[in-house]
Amino acid sequence: MDLLWQGIKEAIRLLLGGDPEVFAIVLLSLRVSLIATATSLILGVPTGMALALSRFGGRRFLISLVNVGMGIPPVVVGLMVAILLWRSGPLGFLGIMYSPLAIIIAQTLIAFPIVTGLTLAAVQQLNPKVRLQILALGASRWQMLWILAREARLSILAAAMAGFGGVISEVGASMMVGGNILGQTRVLTTATVLETSKGNFDVALALSTILFALAYTITLALTVVQQREKAP
Amino acid sequence: MRYGQKTILRIPHLSIAEGEILAVIGPNGAGKSTLLQILGLLQRPSDGRVFFDGQEITGCSDLVALRRRLASVFQEPLLFHGTVLDNVALGLRLRGTPKNEIKRRVEPWLGKLNISHLAGRSIAKLSFGEAQRVNLARSLVLNPEVFLLDEPFASLDPPTQASMAEELQNILAETKTTTVFVTQNRAEALMFSNRLAVVIDGQIAQLDRPQDVFSHPANEDVAAFLGVETIVEGRVLSSAEGLSRVALARHEILVTGTYPLEQEMLFCLRPEDITLLLPNARAALGLNANVIRGTITRIRPLETQLKVVVGCSFPVTVLVSKQAFIDLSLARGKQVLLTFKPSAVHVIPKRLSHER
Repeated sequence: MDLLWQGIKEAIRLLLGGDPEVFAIVLLSLRVSLIATATSLILGVPTGMALALSRFGGRRFLISLVNVGMGIPPVVVGLMVAILLWRSGPLGFLGIMYSPLAIIIAQTLIAFPIVTGLTLAAVQQLNPKVRLQILALGASRWQMLWILAREARLSILAAAMAGFGGVISEVGASMMVGGNILGQTRVLTTATVLETSKGNFDVALALSTILFALAYTITLALTVVQQREKAP
Repeated sequence: MRYGQKTILRIPHLSIAEGEILAVIGPNGAGKSTLLQILGLLQRPSDGRVFFDGQEITGCSDLVALRRRLASVFQEPLLFHGTVLDNVALGLRLRGTPKNEIKRRVEPWLGKLNISHLAGRSIAKLSFGEAQRVNLARSLVLNPEVFLLDEPFASLDPPTQASMAEELQNILAETKTTTVFVTQNRAEALMFSNRLAVVIDGQIAQLDRPQDVFSHPANEDVAAFLGVETIVEGRVLSSAEGLSRVALARHEILVTGTYPLEQEMLFCLRPEDITLLLPNARAALGLNANVIRGTITRIRPLETQLKVVVGCSFPVTVLVSKQAFIDLSLARGKQVLLTFKPSAVHVIPKRLSHER
């Protein structure tokens, strides 16, 4: 109990004291995960819509890949990205291993199937006649996709929440491709792991509290938007 | 039109004239909606060609420009996120119409469909009837050259159905828009159309003026769908001076018209054309022709009348008013007489009903 109490006191001190090191870690976590979520939305929403609306050979196989991807462990993604970006790997010449960009790439790959899969399900759930009605009103193909995305917006918002929740809390990939370098690639999750392994439970607890508060705040904001939309 | 192996629509030829209102009627799953979607350029037919305004459009690549000259309304309102005004303006906005022109064109239609007061309301707060009005306004505001309606009133309650049908009838009379109207409702079909197509099993079973379709159904299926409940096979015994003697099972009746002798024909009777009497009325009324004796086998109450099935050597359905039902103290098992005019019998050549 004493440990917990110490941890909470330390957390409050770090939070209120404006510790520059902690502040930098929080900022980097947010930046990396928000960019990764945004990128996965930009790529995943159109992919999900295309998979939902088109019919072609191999479509089912692609959908099964997306569904598997939704549950893929971050360490596996981390390993794949690490192999790609390793100095002697195929993309090693880019020299971005152990950089925030490497973490963003890994997190985007984690969130992309989640966003794609949820968008696919959302668009497939719309009444098929909605599509005919949009075309009947004289929409071009792009106008139709835009209106369909708007109709599925609540589910796409849920996809954004799920994607963000997945990447802000993952630790394996960030550790493997970021390297947990102080001041460069240390994010909240990797810092928590490090502090815990050093026995600094108070700092680890403080970092976890911040992580939880961040995840909660952003999800809450999205939930408010979603529920306000839904209210009649 | 085929889905996989199954042919669901086979139309050798159908042309719709400018300004015409064509009603398409038929049972569920007959292919009516598919026909409408092909006409609305929302589905490509698996075979065959579609022409619009004298131009073949089957293989046309720019369907969007052509679709913008048509408008389709479906059974469900299918409105989009936003207000009533957003929805009515949507089609115009998709066409890149300037804002002030959208406003100028939308307003009169909001008025005509009595939804001006709802303009700023979110679609989530509309009743079904209001939503369907928005749906109609959304298409009518586009001033389409062809207006395609797929059972637009089918999901509404009967009073709303009747009043909206009447409003739409007035609007169409004013705009003179070429219209194809799919319905299962016989009254709507009669009320709206210049021509009536009966679609059964993916084929146009009959295409004619509505009153002719109702009075002279082309075959047994059309007759049955249009509410002719009694269809009996018979043989013409003699035919002279516009009157024929016909053997229906073990009865003999008189039918208006001259028909080939000894040929199997189908004889149709509408329930409302048959009068039901008690056996003792025969002598009193001096009836001798077209009187059939039978026993009541089934009674089904309707809104204002009762539907009574009388078993002769074949079942005959008759409509009886509630008052008559009480006065004649009708009940199951009671012996009654049925009588009808020779002109009430509609004759269909039997051969046709098996031509598929």
